[in-house]
Amino acid sequence: MNLRAWFLLPTRIWMLLLFAAPFAIVLAYSLMTRGDVGGIALPWTLESYQRLIDPLYLTILRRSFAMALAATALCLALAFPAALFISRATSRRNLYLQLVMLPFWTSFLVRTYAWLFLLRDTGLINTLLQSLGLIHAPLPLLYNNGAVLLGLVYGYLPFMVLPIYATLERLDPALVEAAADLGARPLTTVFRVIVPLSKPGIVAGSILVFIPCLGAYLTPDLLGGGRTVMVGNLVQNQFTTARDWPFGSAISIALMAIVTLVLVIYLRRESESLV
Amino acid sequence: MVYHSYYSMAPILELRRLVKHFPGHQAVRDISLAIPQGSFFSLLGPSGCGKTTTLRLIAGFEQPTSGDVLLNGEIVNQRKPYERNVSTVFQNYALFPHLTARENIEFGLKRHQAPDIDRRVREALDLVSLTGKESRRPAQLSGGERQRVALARSLVLQPDVLLLDEPLAALDPKLRKQMRVELKAMQRRVGITFLLVTHDQQEALSMSDQLAVMNEGRVEQVGTPEDVYLRPQSRFVAGFLGAVNWIDGIGIRPESVRLERTPGYRSVPAAVTGSVFLGDCVQVLLRMASGEDAVAQIARGDAFQAGEPVYLSWNADDEMSLP
Repeated sequence: MNLRAWFLLPTRIWMLLLFAAPFAIVLAYSLMTRGDVGGIALPWTLESYQRLIDPLYLTILRRSFAMALAATALCLALAFPAALFISRATSRRNLYLQLVMLPFWTSFLVRTYAWLFLLRDTGLINTLLQSLGLIHAPLPLLYNNGAVLLGLVYGYLPFMVLPIYATLERLDPALVEAAADLGARPLTTVFRVIVPLSKPGIVAGSILVFIPCLGAYLTPDLLGGGRTVMVGNLVQNQFTTARDWPFGSAISIALMAIVTLVLVIYLRRESESLV
Repeated sequence: MVYHSYYSMAPILELRRLVKHFPGHQAVRDISLAIPQGSFFSLLGPSGCGKTTTLRLIAGFEQPTSGDVLLNGEIVNQRKPYERNVSTVFQNYALFPHLTARENIEFGLKRHQAPDIDRRVREALDLVSLTGKESRRPAQLSGGERQRVALARSLVLQPDVLLLDEPLAALDPKLRKQMRVELKAMQRRVGITFLLVTHDQQEALSMSDQLAVMNEGRVEQVGTPEDVYLRPQSRFVAGFLGAVNWIDGIGIRPESVRLERTPGYRSVPAAVTGSVFLGDCVQVLLRMASGEDAVAQIARGDAFQAGEPVYLSWNADDEMSLP
């Protein structure tokens, strides 16, 4: 083996053990029969995949896509101005970047629980609004789609800010000046020059937000309180309460296939438009 | 002084006591200039002399610390770049990489909601000889073609003044010489005032109607190319525009020096220390009796050996006497 192969070896072992092998196991499970007390059994069957087209599951899948899309769009709307601001800051740029990454210093679970304390009926927001006399009964802030969306946007916002920042930082400032020089007002410059040129960052950020949001489990579980079921919760449910490992595996594989398909179509269209 | 008929004396652009300080650095210290309408004017100076900052103050990318920028007799200090009728050709052209040549040229027209965009773009493409390449992106164009797109993109707006920031610096030397001629011809054709920033004295001398030689944030001298080259008012200007031999406080350009083997009426003894063959001429390096070095640029063919004693002589007309 040459040096290059040696350097790649750890990554290969890692991917084999922690990606390829589990994937093969899940794929195999999805094609098997449910065991009597959970687990899996033979014979091989496609039954789990056939059950996927049940309207109940399609609704959950549709909801997951809608939530993930909405979270991605909101993250983009919040992250782009923030990234633009940071990229144009001169002296405190590093401080702002640290602030973007600050949430990573504590566990995602703890931070999601913190939202619970903020949003619940006896939480900080409702208590404050009530003591100010602005409301008489607590607002239903928790256990609904809005709470889940808030949690997703909160959780994945840094994954949108950082790639967009990375492209904006490399953007030639002369291009922004050229736009102004040719008569473009600041907003026109943003939409005609800065946004198109930061497209790679926007695409990378959107993928980084959309995919984990689609499979999100913790946020809908805690902030949705079981009322906003997303695909992630459905999968978890199959492996625990429902004890239907093959069906849980089939959902996972189907989700992965859809995401891959969407990405492949998108990337192919992109490479064509470059020619 | 003879003024050419193709530009009028009315200044289209005026700088009055312009000053720009950056933290810890005085980029521009008190510059006053009047640029005649329709002229080709250059700001010439070494890097760090404040010429680019001056250009950026005119474009509106920087705000003056004090002083005024007047465009068409109006103070425009408070106007944003998109509110000033000037346009910049950037050093690296700053073409929008996601847009085609045509879209780059259309960009300004669309911002100004100009009528007749199609016709004007066609004319601009024709002016810079880029017809047929309008649907290429900047990455698919050569350096020279990119520069033409940058020129067309600005000229199509018919600005009061076209600002050019070292526009030839990114080109290879052969193309650079060709573009000098083309730029000058283009300026005559469109009649728009060109304000060029350069550190290349040949560029400034060959293209400008008038030029301002700048040093350390100030203007040292303004005049026609002949004025500043032949009648420099400071040692800095004399030295920046070309090599000078300083002999008893009098400056002589190397090409004005004759080498004689016998002493004459106006001559200085020296010894040849070496010579450099330059193709079209020969540069002879000399040490004068005073111990100072001198250079003579003479026709090919005259051979002088190192160590040979010679006499430097020149015409009185070629003397530059400076304070």
